[in-house]
Amino acid sequence: MSTRGFTGRRPGADAARRLPPGQQQTQDFPVLSLGPAPAINLDAWRFTLRHGSRPLASWNWFEFNALPRTRWHGDIHCVTTWSKFGTDWEGVTLDDLLAAAGVQAPTSFLLAQSYDDYDTNVPLADLAGGRALIATHFGGEPLTPEHGGPARLLVPHLYFWKSAKWIKGLKFTERDEAGFWELRGYHMRGDPWREQRYSDDD
Amino acid sequence: MSERDGNWRTAVIARIAALTPRMRSYFLHAPLAGHVAGQYLDVRLTAPDGYQARRSYSIASRPGAAELELAIALQDDGEVSAWFHEVAQPGDTIDVRGPLGGHFIWEPPHAAPVLLVAGGSGIVPLVSIARAWQAAPAAPMLLLHSARTPEALAFQPELAGIAAADPRFTYVAVSTRAGTGRRIDAAMLDKALGHWGHLPALCYLCGPTAFVEAVAQLLVARGVAHRAIRTERFG
Repeated sequence: MSTRGFTGRRPGADAARRLPPGQQQTQDFPVLSLGPAPAINLDAWRFTLRHGSRPLASWNWFEFNALPRTRWHGDIHCVTTWSKFGTDWEGVTLDDLLAAAGVQAPTSFLLAQSYDDYDTNVPLADLAGGRALIATHFGGEPLTPEHGGPARLLVPHLYFWKSAKWIKGLKFTERDEAGFWELRGYHMRGDPWREQRYSDDD
Repeated sequence: MSERDGNWRTAVIARIAALTPRMRSYFLHAPLAGHVAGQYLDVRLTAPDGYQARRSYSIASRPGAAELELAIALQDDGEVSAWFHEVAQPGDTIDVRGPLGGHFIWEPPHAAPVLLVAGGSGIVPLVSIARAWQAAPAAPMLLLHSARTPEALAFQPELAGIAAADPRFTYVAVSTRAGTGRRIDAAMLDKALGHWGHLPALCYLCGPTAFVEAVAQLLVARGVAHRAIRTERFG
């Protein structure tokens, strides 16, 4: 049933094709996080790959920046209904991290862990094969603190709460363990094209 | 509408009240579960051809209130807020789902001092928290609200009334472009916290991104722990 007197503002043909259901295009880059951006000293920054509590490999900022770099260009989608088109990111893929560590993925599930104690779960299948980055640059510039700098996860094909800001590591888990928002009613996977916003969405 | 529709429910707009020149309250009758102060609803409007627009709006009402109050600011170029401000009348129905949000929430009883800071229409979820506090007052609560003009200080009479009725609730309102000409800066924050006499154990900040980030950094610099600061931003 339609809403009385609501006609709405249709996106153009290109935007309509690029917008997942329930999303609207924004020209801004809204900021969403649990609290203020943590102060992170690059001299103390580390990124650690773990299997459970056991470290598999760890890089300081200098070592991390010496890893092979990958660029990604495309659209991103936030569960709060904004989508931003044509964004440019640069960082390191999980595939390159595993190769540098000289290990195979030990399980099929991961938790991204952040300096502000945020965490979020992402299946290996959504991170491997070049589908995700540990991003250090946005639009050719170093990531600013409010957007997750010095480094954040980028999983552009999932809602953006999966792209954890201020990332400090990825932990392989035996099962798909719910993270911060997933424990608070958000979907375990979060595919915007299937509109998986909340845990009761299909 | 299909039977299974992502938990969307039909809400009726029971009445509408003006808060400020650009902000109105919409009181809903909606078959939803009770909310916790600080939560929000998703709202969905549908055009005759099936096109839908969706927005999230914070709940202003006290948990347990008979009507759900959404206080909606008219956005420049707003698609959904323009419908609310220019078309909506009592009796109209809209689709809603929720309540949603599990972090920017406050529940009494809470023994430790709480600081609330709002920029502009960021006051809405904090009004729900203030109303929840009023229903079960305990720890000291300080609410700072900054808006561009005195007229834009939504809910001012009610919040001033809560403060007048109970010394444990402190309310400070400032406007940046008229009247007092003040903004929430380091000096103002120090003065307000000094008068209040507490270091907040928990802070709720809601407003435009730059405002929230600036206030958060001021609080961190004054010794408030990062994890004691909860933020909700827009724009």
